[in-house]
Amino acid sequence: MARPLPIAALLATLAAAALPAQPRLATPAPPTVAAAGREQTRDQQVRHVLDRLAFGPRPGDIERVRAMGVDAWIARQLTPERIPDPTGDALMAGFPSLALSLDDRFRHTPPPPRLRETRRRGGAALTAADSAERRRDRQQARRAGRQLLGELASMRVARAVATERQLEEVMVDVWENHFNVFAGKGPYAGQYLVGFDRDVIRPHALGRFRDLLGAVARSPAMLVYLDNAQSQATPDAPTLAPRPRRAARQRRGLNENYARELLELHTLGVDGGYTQHDVIEVARALTGWTIAPPAQGGGFVFRPALHDAGAKTVLGASLPAGRGIEDGEQVLDLLARHPATARFIATKLARRFVSDTPPPALVARAAETFRRTDGDIREVVRTIVTSPEFFSAATYRSKVKSPLELVVSALRALCAEPDTTPRTAQVVARLGQPLFGHQAPDGYPETGEAWINGGAILKRIDFGLAVAAGALPGVSVRRWAPARELAGAPREQQVDGILHALLGGAASPDTRQVLLRGENPLLARADGPTRRAPATDPLAALVGLALGSPEFQRR
Amino acid sequence: MHRRVFVKSGALALVTMGLDPSFLRRTAFAAGLRAAPRGRVLVCLFQRGAADALNVVVPHGEAEYYRLRPTIGIPRPSAREGGAVDLDGFFALHPALAPFKPLYDRGMLAPIHAVGSPSATRSHFDAQDYMETGTPDRKGTADGWLNRYLATAGTCEACATPPSPFRAVAMTEQTPRILEGPAPAVAMTSLDAFTIRRAGGDAAARLEALYRTGSADLIHAAGQETFDAMRMLRDADPQRYRPANGADYPRSPFGQRLRQIAQLVKADVGLEIAFADVGGWDTHVNQGGATGQLAARLADFARGIAAFVTDLGDRMDDVLVLTMSEFGRMARENGTRGTDHGHAGAMFAIGGGVRGGRVLGRWPGLAREQLYEDRDLALTTDFRAVFDEAVGRHLGATQPERIFPGYAGTPGDWLDFVQG
Repeated sequence: MARPLPIAALLATLAAAALPAQPRLATPAPPTVAAAGREQTRDQQVRHVLDRLAFGPRPGDIERVRAMGVDAWIARQLTPERIPDPTGDALMAGFPSLALSLDDRFRHTPPPPRLRETRRRGGAALTAADSAERRRDRQQARRAGRQLLGELASMRVARAVATERQLEEVMVDVWENHFNVFAGKGPYAGQYLVGFDRDVIRPHALGRFRDLLGAVARSPAMLVYLDNAQSQATPDAPTLAPRPRRAARQRRGLNENYARELLELHTLGVDGGYTQHDVIEVARALTGWTIAPPAQGGGFVFRPALHDAGAKTVLGASLPAGRGIEDGEQVLDLLARHPATARFIATKLARRFVSDTPPPALVARAAETFRRTDGDIREVVRTIVTSPEFFSAATYRSKVKSPLELVVSALRALCAEPDTTPRTAQVVARLGQPLFGHQAPDGYPETGEAWINGGAILKRIDFGLAVAAGALPGVSVRRWAPARELAGAPREQQVDGILHALLGGAASPDTRQVLLRGENPLLARADGPTRRAPATDPLAALVGLALGSPEFQRR
Repeated sequence: MHRRVFVKSGALALVTMGLDPSFLRRTAFAAGLRAAPRGRVLVCLFQRGAADALNVVVPHGEAEYYRLRPTIGIPRPSAREGGAVDLDGFFALHPALAPFKPLYDRGMLAPIHAVGSPSATRSHFDAQDYMETGTPDRKGTADGWLNRYLATAGTCEACATPPSPFRAVAMTEQTPRILEGPAPAVAMTSLDAFTIRRAGGDAAARLEALYRTGSADLIHAAGQETFDAMRMLRDADPQRYRPANGADYPRSPFGQRLRQIAQLVKADVGLEIAFADVGGWDTHVNQGGATGQLAARLADFARGIAAFVTDLGDRMDDVLVLTMSEFGRMARENGTRGTDHGHAGAMFAIGGGVRGGRVLGRWPGLAREQLYEDRDLALTTDFRAVFDEAVGRHLGATQPERIFPGYAGTPGDWLDFVQG
């Protein structure tokens, strides 16, 4: 499964990236908020932006950001399209199958649905052999989908490690969680999710919310996941064209699943002031929004014959009778501009970037930016990450890392080569966050309490030890520059060097003591003889302890 | 927000308001270890996604049922193929639940019908939240009702001996809402995972030291609980466990989690509350009838629980298993041979102390005027009446008003499904 990695290219670009900022990159977007009035020290601010707007610092990043200035760095990250990203581009070359279009994909694998289609058009009835073949096709499709999904998850993790466009990657994580799609639903979820990541989420990650919402609404991934692809006008409703005979015979009808989550989880929020009646009306408005069969490319189609063309009322607005796809578009317009949506999205972003309990005043200002800019995500994020609340003392290192953040930040700190094998993504999954593996549409938790419990701490500790032991592809403590520099140094210098490299100034004196002495005076109850295993590289052991420490679980 | 005061040995009283230092509340509980004597156990199993109660406990004596569900209805028990398993001439079990029938006949199992949340929500997430916090229509509730039980019973005012770190265990990736709160709870997907691998040299001791530095935040507190629990589990040696009485657990995650709950019960590590969940019940499309999607979920569900009962043998006298799902589904099948979100649902109570062998709860009927909002099974039993009886009678909780704040019910509302 492992593809050959253009290692030389990657190393070259990594080295280039580690150089001090080139002057032309430090384009002078004026800071929107005066640096004064921030509670965090200058050094804390540098660390803070790298922990929140990026997946943690790589060696050299602290110095780069300090040289460029925190505000200039933020402004630059907010315009990822202007950041050259040779490392990220080189990485994507390692995933050629993720570049294929859905149509191409279905054209190549699996062919049999097309065969069946041909046979049906030829008028032949489906035989028992056909159905057996059909079962095999579905299995084959599932396997192909799983393979793609593995690559997609690997790409997500590797790109978060490697890309220069860190904030964009953070936003991809935000939106793919906000618009959660579960890969276990249906045989083609893997195929659909490739396009979902590449064509739906990424182009709009810092764009307009309405565009993002519209792209999601037309995505096969979401249409299938939340069943809208199956929803159609109830048999007694008027449609724009005669119903296909098969649909009429099956007497299918409305499915409210997507409509409800669209209101509850994607836009207004559960307290956004909608009723069960609104859910049904939104579901009616979205009838006919479905997908073509795989044999015909599998993409979005609007089917007038399945669309409920009756008049509707959504959130007090009237949708006249006799319309088609405009119904759904108008609903998305209404939702994207609704004040409850501005508040809901602002809260979500503030929770991600600032605090599990975001300050209401900040949320109000971010929601105001959302309304004023007609849902310009870039500007909402700018309001949040340049605010005094973002740089408050209480905010500093107050968020608990998600498993993805934990893994990626560790790999970045150790200057790992991005891993194009499935291995690292599997580690993220084992830590409790399989990408595209969250079954319910609410996505993974966004607050610390949900991530931290007994079992989770153990897995996180295990992860730190595994990384230090060189068990993950692309990471080696021995090749890591700080370790090389510290190799012959006295113990105290080694401890301080490792703590500085991995935790900045954040290690508590207690942690330093434990690392320094290998014992803890506070731990009177340390019982049982500790087995003396074969001596490990003392520097690797220190790295394992630092990555498994309570401090490294925070950002 | 509902916060309260916890007292440990009368020495430490913490009033928590505003910013919630939950780690302080947690450390108030984190202390020495003991293996609790054989005691009562409550096992809660959550069917996430809203199980279709009308196809789980089938009202085959109700003519409306077959009218509402022409393609997905479960055939009458008399049917030659795929017939429901009759219980009392009116209700029957889905055929995939056949392993429940012997338990029902022995009086160890009681289905409870038309039970659920009085809230009108049809949102999975809200409804799960309400069921787990035990406060319908109140989303601000900080903790789950199982945790409030743990926090009010035994450990605080009367904490002569501190509780076992395995007093509350969730066989889940993350701590479920129902166990969130001040009392410690362990979440894990496997007992085997509950150890530090690669701990060469003195790494384990030093890592433990890192989490026992006296810092009292969320992460340190969770770490301390972890190391306590690890030590205890090591002593119990679960790796050598074999199920008893020929119990045959399904290989599914659900089956394996039940197996490990049985291990913990039998290892006498002081387990009092166990929780597991199982998904796949959100059958909007092609849910199937006697066979198909829902049937496959139910088969795994029933086989797992039946194996658990077999494995525990006489120990089931101390154990109450309670199954739950956030709401039921529409009485009428939808346009895609599935069912959309509904209202009242069904639960199962299983255990040696269960007064089973009968279907509990008042049946509201399925005629149009009997349905809730013209579409769903109506609710006749508030889920809090069931939970209240479970903690009150089975576990002997004495402060129901603290476990279910805002609930006006009394023991008079209990269904009398379990012995004291």
